[in-house]
Amino acid sequence: MDNVIEIKDLSIQYATDEGIVKAVNHLNLQLARGETLGLVGETGAGKTTTALGIMGLIPDPPGVITGGEILFEGTDLLKLSKQRLRAIRGNKISMIFQDPMTSLNPVVTVGDQIAESIRIHEKLSRAEAALKAKDMLELVGIPGDRYGEYPHQFSGGMKQRVIIAIALSCNPEVILADEPTTALDVTIQAQVLDLISKLKKEKNTSMILITHDLGVVVEICDKVAIMYAGEIVEYGSLEQIYDQTAHPYTKGLFGSIPDIEAKTSRLKPIPGLMPDPSNLPEGCSFEPRCERSCQLCKEENPPLIEIGNGHFVKCHNYGKVGEGEDV
Amino acid sequence: MSELLRVEHLKKYFDTPRGLLHAVDDVSFSIERGETLGVVGESGCGKSTLGRCIVHLLEPTGGKIFFKDEDITNIRGERLKESRKSMQMIFQDPFSSLNPRMTVKSIIMEPMIIHKLHQGNEAAQEKAVLEIMETVGLAKRLIDSYPHELDGGRRQRIGIARALALEPEFIVCDEPVSALDVSIQAQILNLMRDLQEERNLTYIFITHDLSVVKHISDRICVMYLGNIVEQCPADKLFASQFHPYTQALLSAIPIAKINAKRERIILKGEITSPIDPEPGCRFAARCLYTKPECLEVQPDLKEVEDGHLVACHLY
Repeated sequence: MDNVIEIKDLSIQYATDEGIVKAVNHLNLQLARGETLGLVGETGAGKTTTALGIMGLIPDPPGVITGGEILFEGTDLLKLSKQRLRAIRGNKISMIFQDPMTSLNPVVTVGDQIAESIRIHEKLSRAEAALKAKDMLELVGIPGDRYGEYPHQFSGGMKQRVIIAIALSCNPEVILADEPTTALDVTIQAQVLDLISKLKKEKNTSMILITHDLGVVVEICDKVAIMYAGEIVEYGSLEQIYDQTAHPYTKGLFGSIPDIEAKTSRLKPIPGLMPDPSNLPEGCSFEPRCERSCQLCKEENPPLIEIGNGHFVKCHNYGKVGEGEDV
Repeated sequence: MSELLRVEHLKKYFDTPRGLLHAVDDVSFSIERGETLGVVGESGCGKSTLGRCIVHLLEPTGGKIFFKDEDITNIRGERLKESRKSMQMIFQDPFSSLNPRMTVKSIIMEPMIIHKLHQGNEAAQEKAVLEIMETVGLAKRLIDSYPHELDGGRRQRIGIARALALEPEFIVCDEPVSALDVSIQAQILNLMRDLQEERNLTYIFITHDLSVVKHISDRICVMYLGNIVEQCPADKLFASQFHPYTQALLSAIPIAKINAKRERIILKGEITSPIDPEPGCRFAARCLYTKPECLEVQPDLKEVEDGHLVACHLY
């Protein structure tokens, strides 16, 4: 399989009054064609910043991409002119935003909002674009005759479907979905996840799914990358991440989720808090919260190493004494 | 165990320009001392309105609320103020439920001042604040901080400390962990459980998150459009569900495990409007097993197994 997106050594910073916030630090990531990658992490891990970086939508100022490359089918997106980037954004790579309540324009009908993005990228007449927009609505399960309605007449789940329709309207090769179901109720979330995976299969689209919910990841992803403080701490296939969990942070995440199938009286949370991204520790960024930290962890930031067929982990202690006993 | 709170046929309707919105419609249940009752449901099912009615933040349209066998539905003035000492609330959003202009100390101390605890002696009150902060795991140095200086987890600890300041017996927790990241959520859930054991607290725990509700509750009520559709002990609900809505709800939870074996029931459509609802079962429009009867008569909550209540014509 070839890689549609390849991110090499990407660093993104925000300059704020309190100092420089290092949101993404030396990030490496590949997305193969047709694959769905789950990018998992907590608030402030740098997931959304990474996606905005790929889209060329980092607010500048205060955001600056300080280094690295983002290759899309071999071309570095960071070196493209704004005009050429615009031709790719929304057309080849499109994004589904988190909050369906605020990402639609309240004074434009939903149909026109879909048609608008079609007409930006394809030479179609208004009537043709409107026809295609109706097809898109039907595709996501909304009757075409609701074309002329406004966002406030739709429920949350339907608004999210409209946003999915906009993102898919130009047959993109890559979709970046930023917490597409977080704002929805579970029964509606199930419908939307079902829809996303069906459409993805039909069109062989590649997707990066950004989420904090490990339960959603297992539903639709092939690969998983766990992000912590702007870095990828573990990367691998679903089986590798869920059944052969290697990084202490990933283990902590699983330990924090109440298990619906077993009766547990206490959860095992990760102590402490995520480090302040404007003041990251010198060594491993997870060291202050880690049960297994040692002197080396305090001094040196561990590299991401491969521990098995495509399974990467960023930890000094992997494979050392004690490994395996705390799984 | 003895009964602490009982709610009978509680109703709360809101008058809207489009008609009468039935937020809570004929809900009855009781809670034993030291128990946690989980109330679970999706947005708009009336779970928060129910919690707010119980602690008198909203006035019920009908029905009765008994606290320790005393009818508190229509208490006013001094008696209402007195009742606040035993009933408190923890709010959902730790970002907007704290006054940004007040320090941690003044937030936790305010209920003590209002209720003249520790005879208005400020030194004694400050000592009490420090004790509560320690109980909820807030460092002493944060006593003069403002909420904006703290992260969500710490802010929610302040919200819990404020609720504990009057040493209540009963706390309504409205989605106390849903705004928090999972690792922080787990810390707060453990804290709430420890507090319950230490102080024999009784909780109503309102949430949309089924794995959280199972973790913390002794009994669970499932709500749909203002009605309780199923009520039973927590472990029973996850072993066998009777109501078609509960079945669909449980099957929709994403489980963070590979090959979690289950059949997913995908519901058609969305929640129907709670404004002037049609007669019959509220869930009939989305139900897989709708019978003609369901469209005409609203089913009553009835016991189908020991301690397991369901409102559905199938049983």
